[in-house]
Amino acid sequence: MLRFTLRRVLQIVPTVIVVALLIFVIFSVVPGSFATSLLADGKRTADPQLIAHLNQEFGLDKPLTERFVKYVTDLARLDLGTSFRSRQPVLDLIGDRMWASLELALAAMAFAVVVGVPLGFLAALRPGSILDTTTMIGAVSGLSMPQFWLGLLMMYVFALHLNWLPSFGYGDGSFRNLILPAVTLGVTPLALLARTTRAGVLDVLNADFIRTAHSKGMSEAKVVRWHVMRNALVLIVTTVGLQFGSLIGQAVVIEKLFAWPGIGSLLVDSVAIRDIPAVQGTILVIVLWFLVINTLVDLIYAAIDPRIKQG
Amino acid sequence: MTAPLLDIKELKLDVSAGRSLLPILKGVSFQIMPGEAYGLVGESGSGKSVTSLAVMGLLKRPLRVSGGEVVFKGQNLLALPKREMRRLRGNRVAMIFQEPMTALNPLSTVGRQIAEMFVLHQGKDWGEAMKLAVDALASVRVPNPDRRASNYPHQMSGGLRQRVMIAMALACNPDILIADEPTTALDVTVQAEVLRLIKELCAARGTAVLFISHDLGVIASVCQRVGVMYAGCLVEENDTALLFSDPRHEYTRGLLGALPRLGSRSLHGRQRLVDIDSIIADRSKLTETRFIAPRRDEGGTP
Amino acid sequence: MRFGFNFILGALLTVLVILAGIFAPWIAPFDPVLNADLMNAELPPDATFWFGTDAQGRDVFTRILFGAQISLTVGIVSQVINSIIGCTLGMTAGYWGGWWDDVVNGLTNVMLAIPSLIFALAVMAVLGPGLPSLLIALGLTNWSWTCRIARSSTLSLKSQGYVQAAQTLGYGDLRIMFTQILPNMMGPILVMATLGMGSAVLSEAALSFLGLGVQPPFPSWGSMLTDARQLIRTAPWVAVFPGLAIFLSVLGFNLLGDGLRDRLDPHMRTRTP
Repeated sequence: MLRFTLRRVLQIVPTVIVVALLIFVIFSVVPGSFATSLLADGKRTADPQLIAHLNQEFGLDKPLTERFVKYVTDLARLDLGTSFRSRQPVLDLIGDRMWASLELALAAMAFAVVVGVPLGFLAALRPGSILDTTTMIGAVSGLSMPQFWLGLLMMYVFALHLNWLPSFGYGDGSFRNLILPAVTLGVTPLALLARTTRAGVLDVLNADFIRTAHSKGMSEAKVVRWHVMRNALVLIVTTVGLQFGSLIGQAVVIEKLFAWPGIGSLLVDSVAIRDIPAVQGTILVIVLWFLVINTLVDLIYAAIDPRIKQG
Repeated sequence: MTAPLLDIKELKLDVSAGRSLLPILKGVSFQIMPGEAYGLVGESGSGKSVTSLAVMGLLKRPLRVSGGEVVFKGQNLLALPKREMRRLRGNRVAMIFQEPMTALNPLSTVGRQIAEMFVLHQGKDWGEAMKLAVDALASVRVPNPDRRASNYPHQMSGGLRQRVMIAMALACNPDILIADEPTTALDVTVQAEVLRLIKELCAARGTAVLFISHDLGVIASVCQRVGVMYAGCLVEENDTALLFSDPRHEYTRGLLGALPRLGSRSLHGRQRLVDIDSIIADRSKLTETRFIAPRRDEGGTP
Repeated sequence: MRFGFNFILGALLTVLVILAGIFAPWIAPFDPVLNADLMNAELPPDATFWFGTDAQGRDVFTRILFGAQISLTVGIVSQVINSIIGCTLGMTAGYWGGWWDDVVNGLTNVMLAIPSLIFALAVMAVLGPGLPSLLIALGLTNWSWTCRIARSSTLSLKSQGYVQAAQTLGYGDLRIMFTQILPNMMGPILVMATLGMGSAVLSEAALSFLGLGVQPPFPSWGSMLTDARQLIRTAPWVAVFPGLAIFLSVLGFNLLGDGLRDRLDPHMRTRTP
């Protein structure tokens, strides 16, 4: 198990390197620079002298190779550059907002798992029932809905109309502020979890070894507890892991909608004004986060299913 | 006259397909005496597997019993409440299946799956049960049983897995073992070992066997009495030796005639392989006649 | 049965969206961009303006109909690009194997390491806002799943008799791939493309909502929701209809894709997200 863990963890390194390079390549070809977008007022072009001055300040006038070397050496020192807009180190900017994003993502995932998995389970144990049909209709609807629209509607109903919850912002960090964004973000993973749990449990229930279990004289409850749970867990864990990745992507939009001070809204703001170091740094951090989560999921998967370690 | 251990009386089974009911078993009757090895032969679709599932009470929704009784030690299993039936299943009536790979939980050790039997039916705690599981593995001649007990099914060969199934099934010393095509998925050499194991263990413990197969050779080597099924009916039943030497029903004759025989070339010269349809004139008439021979040690009809 | 129902409902919704898009210029009571009249701003739904009006006084119903054109364009174009990239890379990787397979696999792994919306954001950052960049960005994001499926299909189809026959006849590699292998994996590819349309529409909505996609005054359902956010207190109905439109069309694509998948290969259900 230890060897497998080490192997998986080491696999992250080359991927991160390639992604970092990819990011640099993409952003070094940005047409129109930050300076132009900062100074340009709508359609008017800005004073070329000012542009040149800003370019020099940000080191954008240096040749590509020199910038590349600086990028790589900086990364090695864990220096993600300095934001064009705020002149602060990008690492600091991210650090300030990291916790808020983590909080949101974890809360959303927890909500999705706590509601989605039991629903999927129950739906599978009673296929064709009203619970089953409702859950499935709900699930496919949840997957088809634009999350921010749901957020908008919920914001209107719960915050503006009924005044139960605050409509946006982090506030004092209390739980009340977390509810709306977390539920909004958690709806899509909830829908998917309900669906895949149901499909996975149904697959297990139809497997031969369940028939063997019944032939041994086990009650329905014991069959579920001793044989179904463990086998369905594999699929559930994999889905949770996969969902975490797209959750990070979706969080970007939700953070903007609810003015949540996380790295998602940082990314959007930075993209809008072409703050390249901030964009690069944020994307790198998000990808790293994603890779770590996926590796963790793989490790948990290997711990549950003994067949994986062999291959 | 000893009472039969398992007495199946006019068992009828249907499957609901859309709006209509299609008959699968059309009134099957046979008996198995205590300690007897009874074979059920027939082609795919004859209804032999479904009969065994009916005895175990494992029939799933589109299949339904529509008549008859399954009397086990005086009780009609079909009329038994679920909890009573669960107590008998695995404990007094056990079953092994065709595909040992898929019949075992891939995520649970072999030892644990055997130990479940002791926890379930004999109220043992897990520690004791695991020890008994190792003994069970030893009884089916698995080498290094204590090490094997912590193996997962995918770490064992097909033959070993089937032994594990047998160990599980015989763990609580049931009165009857139902074996549904237990060797069909195994290599020929392994087949022989597993068959010998079943024969010896059951003979030693006095366990009756209901052996289901389409393979006449396998049936001949294990069973004392044989029933031939075709299209949901039992068309012939006799002691093994008599059935093979003097088949009465057209279908049985067809089955046996279609068997390639060793040495037939020197006896009869070069001949075409016979297929069953050239022996049987009209398949639709097959279920009209039945030949149920009385048991040898009984005087009259069983 | 139940699956038939999914398929039918999905097909109905999809057809509805397509019809709305095609016939918008004839059905719509007003012009989507030009009939801005501040006198009519922020009116609730009534007899003239079936879905009400937005902050510029434009008829929401009209803009929804024309928005269908944009959503359909985004959905179809992005999936076509996706499928082309995914199929080409996957087929060649599976067929030729070797170092090319390793390269494609590595590339796919890197793409899968980046959440799709983030990647789309990055591409939009480079290309600037607007519909064309959006199409390119979305076309470049989800090809990795298609590639995986194409590759595994190719690997299993490679050993089929008719492929080997074509090889002995001297057909070139590319010809074999495009005439023998590609037609036989259209099923799963089609399913992925249909489901991908739903995902593309949702992504477009998100990106437009963030101000990076279709720019005003063009009526994209997503950008209509950005406006709606400003109006949420005074004219909440503006938020309802665009979102509903997105929801129903994506639902249609998803149900259609699900229905197709259940017909072709029920086992795909647990393998793809």
